[in-house]
Amino acid sequence: MSEFDDILDNADEAVDLPPATLPLDGWHRARGGRMVEFAGYWMPVQFRGIMDEHLWTRSHAGLFDVSHMGQLEVSGEGAAAALEMLLPGDISALAPGRMRYSLLLDDDGGILDDLMVTHRGDSFYLVVNGAMKWDDIAHLREGLPDDITLTHLDEHGLLALQGPEAVQVLARLGLEPALPDGVPVEGLTFMQAAPYLWQGRPLGVSRSGYTGEDGFEISVRATDIVALADALCADDAVMPVGLGARDSLRLEAGLPLYGHDLTPETGPVEAGLAFAISKARRAEGGFPGAESILAALAAGPVRKRVGLLLDGRLPAREGAVVFAGAEQVGTVTSGGFSPTLERPIAMAFVDAAHAAHGTALDIEVRGRRLPATVSPMPFVPHKYHRQGA
Amino acid sequence: MPRYFTDEHEWIDVDGDTATVGITDYAQSQLGDIVFIEVPDEGVVLKKGAEAAVVESVKAASDVYAPISGAVTAGNQNLEEDPALVNSDAEGEGWFFKLTIADAGELEGLMDEAAYKRFVESL
Repeated sequence: MSEFDDILDNADEAVDLPPATLPLDGWHRARGGRMVEFAGYWMPVQFRGIMDEHLWTRSHAGLFDVSHMGQLEVSGEGAAAALEMLLPGDISALAPGRMRYSLLLDDDGGILDDLMVTHRGDSFYLVVNGAMKWDDIAHLREGLPDDITLTHLDEHGLLALQGPEAVQVLARLGLEPALPDGVPVEGLTFMQAAPYLWQGRPLGVSRSGYTGEDGFEISVRATDIVALADALCADDAVMPVGLGARDSLRLEAGLPLYGHDLTPETGPVEAGLAFAISKARRAEGGFPGAESILAALAAGPVRKRVGLLLDGRLPAREGAVVFAGAEQVGTVTSGGFSPTLERPIAMAFVDAAHAAHGTALDIEVRGRRLPATVSPMPFVPHKYHRQGA
Repeated sequence: MPRYFTDEHEWIDVDGDTATVGITDYAQSQLGDIVFIEVPDEGVVLKKGAEAAVVESVKAASDVYAPISGAVTAGNQNLEEDPALVNSDAEGEGWFFKLTIADAGELEGLMDEAAYKRFVESL
């Protein structure tokens, strides 16, 4: 059997250095995590099995180590305005304790990375993709004025606790709000963040994630991360989850993955990320690529990111060509088997004329044409804990 | 019935001039949850090293190459209905295909069970 290591296909980014180890490396190995190289680090791809971990996260709480991601802090007088030079979001209007999904864009409107921005009150906290963080840091240093300070929080790890039981688990852990007017952790709603103390240790907690489930991301000092991971996994509702299930969960949730569904050749409008271009910014412009992005908003994109539901059990993977009859109309950018739906699903970019929900298309896999239907995303409904819900 | 192993993690049972081919238990454990398997049709003539089957796990597709040459006499149709058979019984019910051995000499140099076990431990 050959190409055995293809299971790690999505895992090898272009990194020449030997993989580095993250603070939970030994913890993962001790728990039977199968370690692979990803974004320049050794990361667990699975523990008990992708299917198990996926379904566990959808029904209980999965603990993900995402410490490979870049955690950055942008501070200084005028930091919001400075970030607006680089991001298309309305950063100035972001209230303290709130967060937004945003994009780093090149001058042609191509996506350099996607990221989360949190207003921490005295600074802005950014979480960027692990494989892109060094490029992002260089891009931000270049684009931010000299009196704005950019700090790489590389002495912090990041955990994601995701799933319907995540909120009870975190409440049971006994976190204390670090601010005098802070709410208990279960009082946060989707896309809210606040600082907490756990046994005197500082944690940055946000109600967010990338699985479609209710859940939290927890920024923790590297020196505290083993104790925190142990305490979370001591709860019967929690199981450690690897990168494999993280990928299948985000695909079911219809969330694009940078380097696969999003690249510098992809614009935010065709990628279905126009919501990241805030209303005020659409009126003002003044962000990288504004001209082409605003034109695409006005005219409609030439191609679109769509969801595809496949018949049968054979998955279509990244790179598979999408046909409408004999005509090539697109390419799959992510694909796999949905453990929740028990059938293959995919994301693809297809010509706008073939992007309407319900359109019947074919995907070519090893010479076979697999029937597929353009489907609304998410494939599995989001369960975010929204304000007022 | 002698059983041989390859360093590509296939097993081959030899019964006269017929061979049954599958992937090893180690291979299935590395691939994880298997969701789809494509086996060769009866009558297909495989050359050693030719693409013979495809295994799709939740995460990725992996090709399986013919460990020896021969004409396929059967593909395991049960795998179409129940690909997880390979996870539960890779070296038994989860066989992939049977073929008529074209050249018994190709079996020389393959590993026996003890040698394969040492090989896997060295990985």
